[in-house]
Formats: sequence, structure tokens, C-alpha cells
Amino acid sequence: MDLLVPSTGLLFWMSLTFLVVLFILWKFGFPVIVKMVSERKAFIDDSLRKAHEANEKLANIQKESESILQEAREKQASILKEAANTRDAIVEKAQDKAREEGARLISDAKIEIDNEKQAAISDIRKQVATLSVEIAEKILRENLGNDKAQMDLIDRMLDDVSSAENK
Amino acid sequence: MNHIKRLLGILMVMLAVLPTFANGKGGDPNIKDVVLEHIKDSYDWHITNIGDKPLVIHLPIIVNSSTGFHVFCSSQFSEVADAKGYRHGPFNLAIASKGDNAGKIVEIDKSGAELRPFDISITKTVAVMFIDVILLLCCILIPARWYKKRKAGDPAPKGFVGFIEMLVMYVIDEIIKPGVGKGYEKYTPYLLTCFFFIFTCNIMGLMPFPPGGGNVTGNIAVTFFLALCTFIIVQFSGNKHYWKDIFWPKVPTWLKAPVPVIPVIEFVGIFTKPFALMIRLFANMMAGHAIGLAITCIIFLVASRTAAVFLSMSALSILMSIFMMCLECLVCFIQAIVFTMLSAAFIGLARAEPEHE
Repeated sequence: MDLLVPSTGLLFWMSLTFLVVLFILWKFGFPVIVKMVSERKAFIDDSLRKAHEANEKLANIQKESESILQEAREKQASILKEAANTRDAIVEKAQDKAREEGARLISDAKIEIDNEKQAAISDIRKQVATLSVEIAEKILRENLGNDKAQMDLIDRMLDDVSSAENK
Repeated sequence: MNHIKRLLGILMVMLAVLPTFANGKGGDPNIKDVVLEHIKDSYDWHITNIGDKPLVIHLPIIVNSSTGFHVFCSSQFSEVADAKGYRHGPFNLAIASKGDNAGKIVEIDKSGAELRPFDISITKTVAVMFIDVILLLCCILIPARWYKKRKAGDPAPKGFVGFIEMLVMYVIDEIIKPGVGKGYEKYTPYLLTCFFFIFTCNIMGLMPFPPGGGNVTGNIAVTFFLALCTFIIVQFSGNKHYWKDIFWPKVPTWLKAPVPVIPVIEFVGIFTKPFALMIRLFANMMAGHAIGLAITCIIFLVASRTAAVFLSMSALSILMSIFMMCLECLVCFIQAIVFTMLSAAFIGLARAEPEHE
């Protein structure tokens, strides 16, 4: 039965010891451990969050760089295209100009040629006229070497004039 | 192979102890006395007998008798009892071995009557408890020191510190948090201290030689105090709802007035809960010690029988002892957990807010 009766001495020492232990552990023991563990937990959570953010940022940067590259490529293509267009246009323009110039030159040349031709023709005509007059003079001078021939001619001429008047 | 060596080692140790029993008492030892001697408290720490000489650690005696405070060593008591069963010491004090005060220090007045003095001697249980407590403080304060030197960003501890951290966090996360509920932080130090105190004492109690070996948690005074602490904490953390539930519970009115049947039952319940805590821990640990000892004692009981009986029974006893030891290791942990869990649950119940209907 005395197993079930708490003895005073033991109770006294137990209370004292337990309360002292409780005080010491309350003050210096468990809170340190618990605080550290919770701090470490917060630290780990924070680190995880940061890593996550960094990952996201990295992904964003990659995406951004890709988009920048894409944009650059597009720009390059458009610039190239524009340059080709401009070149084509310039070439076209130059060709047009050349053609025009050629045409103008040709037409100028034609006009000149025409003028020259006209001049040449009129010159030839003049010369032919002079020549023919001279030839005619020479012929006349030969044919009208006697009076009779002169008379015949006058007659024939008179005939021509009169026939012209009669008409 | 390793296990066989270990078994042989245990057998050798037991055989070595055997002659001490055989020589000391002659014939069959009184198993009941052996077991009770271990379970009960005593004024000196009897370890073993070497030959005929007992190996005893004498402990200080502190008593306040009618002649004032006395502090002296327990070796001053005579080793053999006189005809009345008294082992006489100084200051008219003696250790009784018969009667109501068997095993206790009594003061014998002039007429020969026994008087119980105020006795706060460092008994065997107290001494073992001191050792356990010092060990416990080391186990907790060394990791705490380790933590103080480090920052949150440092790598997590390994080895012993890691083990203590794991235990602490296990108790907090699995027992205290679900038991107490919201605002559990206030109760963490007490419940953790309870758990580690019980656990250390239990484990040290398994050790069959000093510095362990005492039956601390299997002593009713120790469990009584632990249960008392829980009782006080529960009453002080009880909210309005808790007290209303005890004195004016939600039952038909004729059950609570004019004869307050349910309130009386509830009121008794306040005390039965910690009482159950006290008895559970005490009975479990005491029974563990008693069974372990009794099974080991089989060897000494059959020592005088024929060789065949002796060897077979000894082998059986050793096997059973090993089994009991493993079981006790488990029980040590489980009882510490159960005490903490129930304390947490009682505190949680006292703090529970009424459910919204």
C-alpha cells in the first residue's frame, strides 16, 4: 500500500527539481531551439520564394530576349525589303530617265537630221537651179547662136503665152 | 554473429551475478523482496554484492526531528536490524523494517513509540532523479548553445543536436499543436519539459546500474507532482465556457437542478483526469520494472535445480528479458508521449471556444 502513498521527501525534491528544470528550460532551453527552427523555416521559405522569383525573372528575360531577337530579325527583314524596293525604284527611275534622254536625243537628232536634210535639199535645189540655169544659159547660148533660132523661140513662147491667155 | 556475442555477454554477466545471490542468502532468494526493494525508495543505493560485501552508495539524510535539523550520511545507520526491526542511527533515529513505517526513517521517543520526522533525505530515487535531470539539462542546453552560435541561414544540425531538434519539433508539431490548438506557444515549454523529463527518467530507468537504474517515473510522488502541475495549468487556462460547462452544462434542467447530478459528475471529472494521468504513468513504469526484474529472477530461482532445467529456463528468461527490454524502450517513449498528449488535450479542452451553432 505504501507504494501508492507519495512520500514527503520525494515530493519536496521532485517539486523543487522539476520547477528548477522547468524554469531553466523555459528560459534558456526550448525557446532557443524553437525560435531557431522557426527562423530557419522562415529563411528556407524566403529562399525558396526568392529562387522562384529569380527563376521567373530568368524566364522573363529569356522570353524578352527572344522577343527582342525576333523584333530585330523582323526589322532587319523590313529594312532589307525597303532597301531592295528603294534600289529597284532608283534603278527604274534611272532607266526611265535614260530612256527619256535617249528618246529626246534621238528626236533631237532626227530634227537635226531633218533640218540638215532640208538644208541639204534646198542647197541641192539651189545648186541644181543654178546649174540648170547655167546649163540652160549654155544651151540657150549654143541654140540661139543664130537669129533664126532666136526667132523660133520667141514665136513658140508667144504661142504658149497666147494659148495660156486663150484659155 | 554480433547478436550471439552480445547474448553470450549478457549470459556471462548474469552468471557472474549469480554467486552473489547464492552466497548471500543461500537457498531460494525471496523474489518479492528483490523486486519490491528495487521498486521502492531507499536511503542508500544498493548496487550489487561483491562476494559477501555489498556495494552501496551512501546518500545524505536530511531530517527535521524533534531535536532540530540533522544532516548526516546514511552509512551511520547500523547495517543489521535489532529485534524490533530497527536499524539504529544517531539522534534517536532509526530505519524501520516492520510496521506502518517500514523502510522509512522514524524517530524513537523515550517510551519507544515511533514518530515520523519531517524527512527530505536524498533517497535513491531523488539521487537518480538528480542525475537524470542533469543529463536532461545537458541534452537540451547543449543544443540550445549550439543554436545560439548560429544564424538561420546556417546548415541544419546533424547528429545529436539534429536528433534533439527532431524530437522537440515532433512533440510540438504532432502532440502540442493538435492538442492545445490555437495559442499553443504559451504551453510549449511546460509540455516539452514534461515530455523530456519523463522520457529521460524512463530511459535511464532501463539501465540496470548507476547512473541509471532508479525507478523515478514509477514512483507515485513523481507522477503525482507532474499530474498536479497539469491540473493547476488546466484550471488556470480554463475559459468561461469551460467553467460554464462544468457548473451549468447543456443538459435537461432536471439533471442540474435542484439536485446537481451532472455538475457533480463534471466537477469530479476535473480531478479524475489528472488522477488518471498520475496512475497511468506510475503503473506502467512500475509494472515494467517489476516484470523485467521478475523475469530476470527466474534464473536465480532455477539455479538450484538440475542443469537441464537451469539452462533451458535461463535461456528462456534471457530471451524474455530481451523482449521485455525492447518493449520497455517502446513503453518509455509511448508513456512520455501519452502523458504529454493527454496534458495537451486537457489544456486544449479547457481552452476550447464554444462551437457556433
